[in-house]
Amino acid sequence: MTPLIEPNTGFKFDNVKRNQLLSDKGYMTPTATKTGTTIVGLLYKDGVVLGADTRATSGPIVADKNCRKIHYLAPNMYCCGAGTAADTDYTTNMVGSQLALHALNTGREARVVTAMTKLKQYLFRYQGHVGAALILGGVDVTGPHLFTIHPHGSTDKLPYVTMGSGSLCAMSVFESSWRPNLTRDEAVEMVKDAIESGIFNDLGSGSNVDVCVITKDNVEYIRGHSQPNERVAKEQSYRFAAGTTEFIGSKAGAPAEGAAAMDVSA
Amino acid sequence: MTTLKPGEVNLGTTIMAVKFDGGVVIAADSRTSTGTYVANRVTDKLTKVEERIYCCRSGSAADTQAVADIVKYHLDLYTSQHDEMPTVKVAASLFQEICYQNKNNLSAWIIVAGWDKQTGGDVFEIPIGGSLHRPEFAIAGSGSSYISGFCDKSYRPGMSKEECIEFAKNAVGLAITRDGSSGGVIRLAVITKDGVERQVVYGNELPTQYTG
Repeated sequence: MTPLIEPNTGFKFDNVKRNQLLSDKGYMTPTATKTGTTIVGLLYKDGVVLGADTRATSGPIVADKNCRKIHYLAPNMYCCGAGTAADTDYTTNMVGSQLALHALNTGREARVVTAMTKLKQYLFRYQGHVGAALILGGVDVTGPHLFTIHPHGSTDKLPYVTMGSGSLCAMSVFESSWRPNLTRDEAVEMVKDAIESGIFNDLGSGSNVDVCVITKDNVEYIRGHSQPNERVAKEQSYRFAAGTTEFIGSKAGAPAEGAAAMDVSA
Repeated sequence: MTTLKPGEVNLGTTIMAVKFDGGVVIAADSRTSTGTYVANRVTDKLTKVEERIYCCRSGSAADTQAVADIVKYHLDLYTSQHDEMPTVKVAASLFQEICYQNKNNLSAWIIVAGWDKQTGGDVFEIPIGGSLHRPEFAIAGSGSSYISGFCDKSYRPGMSKEECIEFAKNAVGLAITRDGSSGGVIRLAVITKDGVERQVVYGNELPTQYTG
């Protein structure tokens, strides 16, 4: 008799049969929340500027109108994520955790190439099944660096990058305007323009622009740097006048057995 | 031609390496594509795996980067353990081992070229499937099909370093014109016992060719 030893690494495909059975009966699998997304990064005179929109979609529905796509990795490094929201959140969180331990073990500030290597080796191992398309930017002892990491594990090192469904819109802004040694204000303005280009021309991107400016000494995370999609004030008040519904009395019954009272506080 | 998974980043590519007395000239275009979008128009496909040994990558960007990183690690260990630089043959053999044993999961067509004390300049080619070949010059990638005839006719044994550089510029330039998956700039590197000289050739500096 051999004991059944469950492998504790890699994907488990136990639910494939169950999912097939359910879908045969008409229960469709829920779609993963994708970030649709426009994310960008660029190098400027003093460091890097990262930018992202804030729309998360589940098929055609907007699941989150103001989600965070710029993830913390280390005090000197942030990572924008496009693709499957769960994968970008989990992967950046996991590598951020590994980097913290690495920094403690080595007694040094983590380097951007270290994060890039950990991310690409993880994604390559999963052969593209972890749907995370990342823009990694940061400043370390060797200077400012900007990388893109694709879901299959390939990386590119470039002075300006865009990813996500709105990447073509954003890249058109960069290709027409980017030049080396931009000032901080020029860089932030260009990132804002690139993300807004994605927000307005790509259906998978929308809502606000988040920006993160990383320099040698400082990180400025600007949540909602631009909010070009604020809901307009309603044209009229829809409040009903007091007395619209005729009040004839009140009666309160005992709650059902085992039921807890509902919290109706504001 | 290459069996890339949907959405995988593709090093479409034209790459080549030419041996001369004293070293090698290696050249590549600079286009990386995802479907019809150019993900990186200034890619460096000439990757250092040791001081005097480079590989030219084509096929899947992820696969070739991963393989090159592993070979670089092994060569670094080799140098530490042997207290001398590995030969190009050793590097090529390591590439072959990985490409052959993982042939079902990799999409890589690699040229390994460099200089070592034993042989001087050396060129190896590892096509899809993981076989190892040692020609005088090698061309690879989707763009190579368009220049096989040009290369076979133009190449002469015993060319000088300068002649090899012109040969490479012409060949990659012609491939870029005809192959949609190749483009951008031409990156060249000359590897000899004295070091590695890298250069970039822009579109307006290409040797003349018929363009209609």
